[in-house]
Amino acid sequence: MSEILIKNACVCDPLQGIDCEKTDLCIRDGKIVESVSANAKVIDAEGKLTLAGGFDGHTHSAGKINVGRFMNPNDARKNPVPGLSGQVARTDKTRAQVGYNTPNTYAIGYRYAKLGYTTICEAAMPPLSARHTHEEFKEIPILDKMGLTLLGSNWQVMEYIRDKEPEKLAAYVAWALKASRGYGVKIVNPGGGEAWGWGKNVSGLYDPVPNFDVTPAEILMGLAEANEKLNLPHSVHVHCNNLGHPGNYETTIETMKMFEKVKSSRDRQSLHVTHVQFNSYAGTGWRDFETGAPMVSDYVNGADHLTFDIGQVIFGPAVTMTADGPVEYANSRMLHEKWSNQDVELEDASGVVPLSYSPKSFINAVQWAIGLEMALLVKDPWKVMFTTDSPNGGSFVNYPEVITYLMSAKKREQVYSGFSDMALGKMVLPGIDRELSFYELAIMTRAIQSKMYSRPEKGNLAVGSDADIAIYDLVPGTIDPSTEHERLKQAFSATAYTFKDGEIVVKNGEIEESPMGRTYWVNAKVPEGIDSAMQKDLDLKFKKYYTVSKSNYMVEDEYLPRPVEIVTEGDF
Amino acid sequence: MPVIKDAVCSLCGCLCDDITVTVDEENKITKIDNACILGHSKFVGMFEHERIRTPMVRKAGELVPVSYEEALDEAAKILVNSKRTLSYGWCSTSCEAISKAIQLAEETGSIIDSTANVCHGPSALAAQEKGSPGATLGVIRNRADLVIFWGCNPVHAHPRHMSRYSSFSKGLFVPKGRKGRKMVVIDVRKTDTAKLADKYVEIDQGSDLLLITALRSIINGHEDVVPESVAGVPKEELLELATLMKESKFVCVFFGMGVTQSRSKYKNGDGVSSLISDLNQHTKAVMIGMRGHYNVTGFGQVATWETGFPMAIDFSKGYPYYNPGETGANDVLVREEVDAALIAAADPGAHFPQKALRHLAKIPVIQIDPYANPTTELADVVFPSAVVGIEAEGSAYRMDAIAIRMKKLIDTEFKTDEEITKDLIEKVRELKRGA
Ligand code: SF4
Ligand SMILES: [Zn+2]
Repeated sequence: MSEILIKNACVCDPLQGIDCEKTDLCIRDGKIVESVSANAKVIDAEGKLTLAGGFDGHTHSAGKINVGRFMNPNDARKNPVPGLSGQVARTDKTRAQVGYNTPNTYAIGYRYAKLGYTTICEAAMPPLSARHTHEEFKEIPILDKMGLTLLGSNWQVMEYIRDKEPEKLAAYVAWALKASRGYGVKIVNPGGGEAWGWGKNVSGLYDPVPNFDVTPAEILMGLAEANEKLNLPHSVHVHCNNLGHPGNYETTIETMKMFEKVKSSRDRQSLHVTHVQFNSYAGTGWRDFETGAPMVSDYVNGADHLTFDIGQVIFGPAVTMTADGPVEYANSRMLHEKWSNQDVELEDASGVVPLSYSPKSFINAVQWAIGLEMALLVKDPWKVMFTTDSPNGGSFVNYPEVITYLMSAKKREQVYSGFSDMALGKMVLPGIDRELSFYELAIMTRAIQSKMYSRPEKGNLAVGSDADIAIYDLVPGTIDPSTEHERLKQAFSATAYTFKDGEIVVKNGEIEESPMGRTYWVNAKVPEGIDSAMQKDLDLKFKKYYTVSKSNYMVEDEYLPRPVEIVTEGDF
Repeated sequence: MPVIKDAVCSLCGCLCDDITVTVDEENKITKIDNACILGHSKFVGMFEHERIRTPMVRKAGELVPVSYEEALDEAAKILVNSKRTLSYGWCSTSCEAISKAIQLAEETGSIIDSTANVCHGPSALAAQEKGSPGATLGVIRNRADLVIFWGCNPVHAHPRHMSRYSSFSKGLFVPKGRKGRKMVVIDVRKTDTAKLADKYVEIDQGSDLLLITALRSIINGHEDVVPESVAGVPKEELLELATLMKESKFVCVFFGMGVTQSRSKYKNGDGVSSLISDLNQHTKAVMIGMRGHYNVTGFGQVATWETGFPMAIDFSKGYPYYNPGETGANDVLVREEVDAALIAAADPGAHFPQKALRHLAKIPVIQIDPYANPTTELADVVFPSAVVGIEAEGSAYRMDAIAIRMKKLIDTEFKTDEEITKDLIEKVRELKRGA
């Protein structure tokens, strides 16, 4: 029995409604408890800001990121954020580290932990390559992990939707989650992955997918219905159609509206729209490109069925990686950049293209503003998840920088004062003076994730929760984040302490311990009869079209050294 | 008699996973279904080839049988005393073993490199320059109406490739199989694969880059700059080929060592990648490397996620450093830079240039392998190991980077590569603590 008493913690825990109050935290055997014995190890937090461990609900940290590493060996040496990037020799406690946008697996674990993060969700896992994702998970130390299974251009899914077989569809979704050990349903540019199989794309929600006689709208509604039928812990997680195109804000709002009719089976959103920044563009082309954030945020302010994440852009090099194959090819041609692609049989597409965001580019400057506009114009922080879609908008090691953008209007001004007049004319950010509080920041970085993913033991410090805790080296009340943004950034760049399951993993910004994290996956129960009918169709898919046999497709237990199986009962 | 279905053949980069294996009471494989000749010979070779029976250490010039403990001790001593070790091979083994090998290299400050150093290494360099636009093999099966084999000969090197994944396979949009696809072979000689093609394009030795450049010019609308004959191929034929590429619905270029190891090396892969990108302006096109060793792709994958680099990784600074041409296995041997070597699941003794071998003969060599091979002649410590994919399980990556779990089919007294490497890590730590 290991016990710790953290004294004088200035706890900010929105799920309990606690806003920077001095309290003590008791830990026993990895959990927050009511009290501890006199033998407990005592740690004095000295009034420092204490939050539940951060939870990155959308990051590309295992699987496809390897293509990024492979194409960009130069990234290994990049060190723009000292302490959180670049080459670091091994020590007795840590493996060797490299990289910035595409760090090696060990660096990913250590660096997230230094930022006070303890859980991550890999946002794109094609079932056929899920084994690879889990192999990387195994080598990411400290963090708890989950992966979202890509289903938005899947043949079996599209056929069941076309043939109006909602029960079999739900059974297939359940099976795909089990086969890939996934946590939720990811939909990327619905139907676009299949169209990309022929070098084409879909142009919007009602453009039919070639050869499958379904529309993106039908794919979204079909999967949403299956998601709720299975009572999954997360809603569908959607990368909207037309990503990256001027004018796409309309498609985004249309998609959001469509979900008004989806009834969530649990106490959470029925739709999560990811990296909304890339999908909130107005204008008819790149010449008259401008922010669409006012329109999108306006809609979101009046809606209560959805959440989104920001996908904030960071100036400097980034690596885009997405299942949106056509977008990546277009990027590479437009930017004259190298291009990797991986279409996955019967399932989806994907691509990887490195690029660099420059404040001198009017487009990049407006993109930078749109992310912040979305975060600040949407009034209710319980709808907003903090992300950079790492490393698409930029690497997660820049989170402290993004925190200063959100908490200091002065800091924002410092950045946009360097923009051209043309860029400034296409954004509304300079007119926004909102600055987030620690409480709101805690919502966007850990509390909302707990609700979004139905993980009540995460993202809060209530009795019974996981003792995943971040103590930052700043005392609320003694710092004005609005003016002292440099100090703020420093404090968020390396925790005084990070606890993972009650163990000190980071102390004064250095890694202390490197335990193995959990992998969460969902086992959604489906009635026997429906499952076996679905399996018959699936057997045919394997026999006629896949190149891997069904038994070798399922990710084996060996790949999940610390699995947590989340069982749900469907509503059939 | 146990019958194991959906077993994986761990021979070539096809990693066929539909093999049925029958094992008798004496733990012998008695029947193998679905494997090709190569795969078959791997399964039965197990019982025909001379295995190394026990660990061995060279004493007074002779390899003599010793206990596992003694061999471990000797090997660890070599590693601890070495200032710069080369760890090489690791392509015909599991990803789990590769992961341990990387950890050992990191802890001993070694250089680690794979057999890609002598085969598909240049395609990694090409990907670093231009990216690699690919697809999984099933995408080809279901969509490709034009399959191009360039500098490779699957009939002999990947015998089931054409029936399972490419020319002869049937898929959703190519229900007629071979009749629904065109097959083109580009090579310097008329191989057995070329004999099956609809179109065979014979090119001059080492002229791949010229051909690529000419094809790109035509596809991008600049046929006027193409001379009457390129790479030994008349312009007429080039125009025909370019038209076929543009007019097909889905093109896949499978490229082999004929491309990656011919003159211009990685520039060829770089060129193919650009050609694919250009072709996508007109139709859909992808490329896939025909990787030989069954898990050479896996080494690249594991090394990339664990170190940031796919091969030729130097840990002497404590963090990974990568500069192929400087840190490749051949480079450091030829420059006589390393003073010890650990060689696993590979045979440089048979494949490396003389100059590299001369140095290898001078330095202490540790070998991990199920079978004796020419490298054994150079070895000072030898660990016999289980045959991965038959006696040991683990992950391997197919040529299209899909991970498949190889099964353990029969019991064995041999330790696995993974176990031996793990034990070496422990032993090295123990010696270092003592020092
Ligand atoms: S093609 Fe390759 S993997 Fe398939 S059976 Fe033959 S040797 Fe084995
Ligand atoms: Zn993303």
